[in-house]
Amino acid sequence: MKTLLLSLMLQPGQSEFRPVTEIPASEQLPSAPLLIAAYAFVWIAVFAYVWLMWRRLGKVERELKALSARVPAKR
Amino acid sequence: MRQLFAPLVFLLMALFAFAPVYIASAPYESTMGLVQKIFYFHVPSWFAMFTAVFLCGVASVMFLVRGDAKWDRVARSAAELAFLFGLMGLVTGPLWGRKAWGVWWQWDAKLTVALLLELTFGAYLLLRSFAGPGSEKLAAGLAIFGMANVPFVYYAAHLWRTVHPTTNVVPTLVAGMRGPFWYAVLCYMLLLAALLTMRMRIEEQHADLDRLYLESDDQ
Repeated sequence: MKTLLLSLMLQPGQSEFRPVTEIPASEQLPSAPLLIAAYAFVWIAVFAYVWLMWRRLGKVERELKALSARVPAKR
Repeated sequence: MRQLFAPLVFLLMALFAFAPVYIASAPYESTMGLVQKIFYFHVPSWFAMFTAVFLCGVASVMFLVRGDAKWDRVARSAAELAFLFGLMGLVTGPLWGRKAWGVWWQWDAKLTVALLLELTFGAYLLLRSFAGPGSEKLAAGLAIFGMANVPFVYYAAHLWRTVHPTTNVVPTLVAGMRGPFWYAVLCYMLLLAALLTMRMRIEEQHADLDRLYLESDDQ
């Protein structure tokens, strides 16, 4: 890090900006991580939602079973 | 529908497993390249969201007109799915936009009304969770407002000048892109049907539970 800063300080200051029509390939934002992130988010969202549904369904079914066992017992 | 749930899940798993292979075989778009493949998950998620919003809106109208709690259960289930699919669209869109436009987000008409639609259903879910008894009628009104917002989201790129591609993109897709796109739409619609069946089951169980609690209180 110190070497990089030193080399930058030793260079003369930029006196003009030169435009280019196309950005070099090494400077371009890669597409693959964005694409993978998009697909991964969809999969994670679906699995997380299904897991939450499963838990909610299990909870309500347990409660229902416990209550149905109690109600006829009172009759 | 309930008997169809297990076969539907298996079919869905098979369809979704093949989707990346089919999408990978589609040609690259000339200006956007690889990142354009987000389109195959991004647009179908909005199609699924609009369908869920429509279901929620129609069920809310039926609930307000007839007062049958069954319609309210459909509306509540569909609203949750509208929020889920809208979230998918709102997350995948900026990931695509970052590469295509150079920014994560742009406050243009299309994106802003889409966010407004998502917030409407976020408000619906908060209302149903925390507003207590009587909130179902207020929430039904909100769902109808959300449904009325859908045409604005869909036609925003035609009505106003936006950076977002117009709806003409889908009907003009080349054959190599058309197949994977409609395949992905089918997968999303089946996913919506499967999740809605599951969510409705929870609502029905809750209704049974409430009925049992009332019966036990009466004794």
